[in-house]
Amino acid sequence: MTERGRKALLLAPAGIWLLVMLALPLLVVFVFSFGERGAAGGYVPAFTLEQYANLPARWTAFKNTLILAPLGTIAALVIAYPLAYFLAVRCSPKWRTSLLILVIVPFWTSILIRSYAWIFILGGRGLPALLESIGIDDIRLINTPFAVLVGIVYGYLPLMVFPIFVSLDKLDKRLLEASADLGSTPWRTFRQVTLPLSVPGIATGCMLVFILLMGEFLIPAILGGGKVFFVGNALVDLFLQSRNWAYGSAVAMTLVVVMLVTVSIYMKFISRLGGQREDVSLM
Amino acid sequence: MRLYAICVYLFLYIPIGIIALFSFNAGRHASQFMGFSTQWYGKALNNPFVMDALETSLLAAFITACLASTLGTMAAIALQGVKGWLRTLFDGMIYVAIMIPGIVIGIATLIALVTVFGWLNPLLASLWPDGANPPQLSMGMPTLVAAHTMFTMALVIIIVRARLSGMDRALMEASADLFATPWGTFRQVTLPLIAPAILAGFLLSFTFSFDDFIIAFFVAGSETTLPIYIFSSIRRGVTPEINAIGTMVMGASLLLLVAAQLLLRQGASKSNS
Repeated sequence: MTERGRKALLLAPAGIWLLVMLALPLLVVFVFSFGERGAAGGYVPAFTLEQYANLPARWTAFKNTLILAPLGTIAALVIAYPLAYFLAVRCSPKWRTSLLILVIVPFWTSILIRSYAWIFILGGRGLPALLESIGIDDIRLINTPFAVLVGIVYGYLPLMVFPIFVSLDKLDKRLLEASADLGSTPWRTFRQVTLPLSVPGIATGCMLVFILLMGEFLIPAILGGGKVFFVGNALVDLFLQSRNWAYGSAVAMTLVVVMLVTVSIYMKFISRLGGQREDVSLM
Repeated sequence: MRLYAICVYLFLYIPIGIIALFSFNAGRHASQFMGFSTQWYGKALNNPFVMDALETSLLAAFITACLASTLGTMAAIALQGVKGWLRTLFDGMIYVAIMIPGIVIGIATLIALVTVFGWLNPLLASLWPDGANPPQLSMGMPTLVAAHTMFTMALVIIIVRARLSGMDRALMEASADLFATPWGTFRQVTLPLIAPAILAGFLLSFTFSFDDFIIAFFVAGSETTLPIYIFSSIRRGVTPEINAIGTMVMGASLLLLVAAQLLLRQGASKSNS
């Protein structure tokens, strides 16, 4: 068999799978978003921009998502980075694997159960009761944006730690020694060597977490108590409760476009950081 | 630094600890500990709904992981050195698969398949001989696996490709120069080097499928996976039974992870000797 034929054979299953299960459904959503709602729900073919004109009706969901998703990503990064650094650079190799597994294990358990655990902690008999006993009264935590933020960071922390760990672990430790030998302070070594070289990991981690957060449904559903809802919650409502496929498709398309725009701005920003990295390695 | 790490681990594990603790609660109320008991484990294991959901989830996750790691690895290897429109198409679709939120994939798959099935079912009925029951296409296990495989396959391609690009290409060229067939090079050079990436992809796919709620919520049809069961239970108010299920799932995952780790180590020591 020729090289070409072999490649085609290896690529075909994955390619067809992606076309049928990804490209086709997205095309359907795109087409449906210009349609109308049928009398009993569902979709009636049409070409109208009515659904898009109605978008402001769901503005709150978009606002919540666009505030809490970046905030949650940054919070996760701030908490994850030092841990990833500790695991990759400071921790003795003997413990590294076990500690790494300990980071991943929570990610292996149902995010539902883990989010639900915070109802105990943030609910009336958890932290608020504890705070009351030291004199801070009337703190309401559950069903607030704060509860959703905690749930987000908790849920996606492992996903942030892992890519950063990988990039720090790959980093040639001799570079750190060289930097120290050349008289750099540990902080300067970190800022000029370690941090720039871990940018790919940071970028991957932030991207993964941010993307998952933009479509988040479960955490706001469980910890937001219907008060803090994301676009994801609006979509579930539109497709499964009111069965308004056309309007739901328009909301979904808008979410995707907003995401694409945000992520491409972010990628531009990251590639500029990547440029700096080149300079450092040349030095 | 060490203190900080301990704090993060506490943050990660206290909620899980609370779940595990309350799963041994003798009382019926989820928020008050009334003494030790294992009754909820028995209740969960004897609950046919829980067991059905578990079976569905395990089956879907296993098939998904097998398909995704096989097809994904095949594609990742074939994509090496491919350029032009084919490369652009694949990169674009993988990028989109990762980028698009699961919830959008879920609803898109649902409305697309329901629409397509709506066209195909009358067609199938008209093709079938009279009297015989024509097959009815509907949402269920196959659509669930198909949707999960789409997403996880994209993940596997990325993971395996990253490993391949980190690999010394000279090794493969050397193998070819030494007259190894492409299959021989794959089996004796490429595969051992990318095996950890494939295994990681398999485990990731399994976990994703087993843990996924949102795509399954839309495309599983009448099938109930464990996350769907748990979600609807939480909606009705939580019993310690849910905590018991969560604790068991966690324990099982831990065992699986340890097993995978041991396998990986064994593989590593073998290739060293």
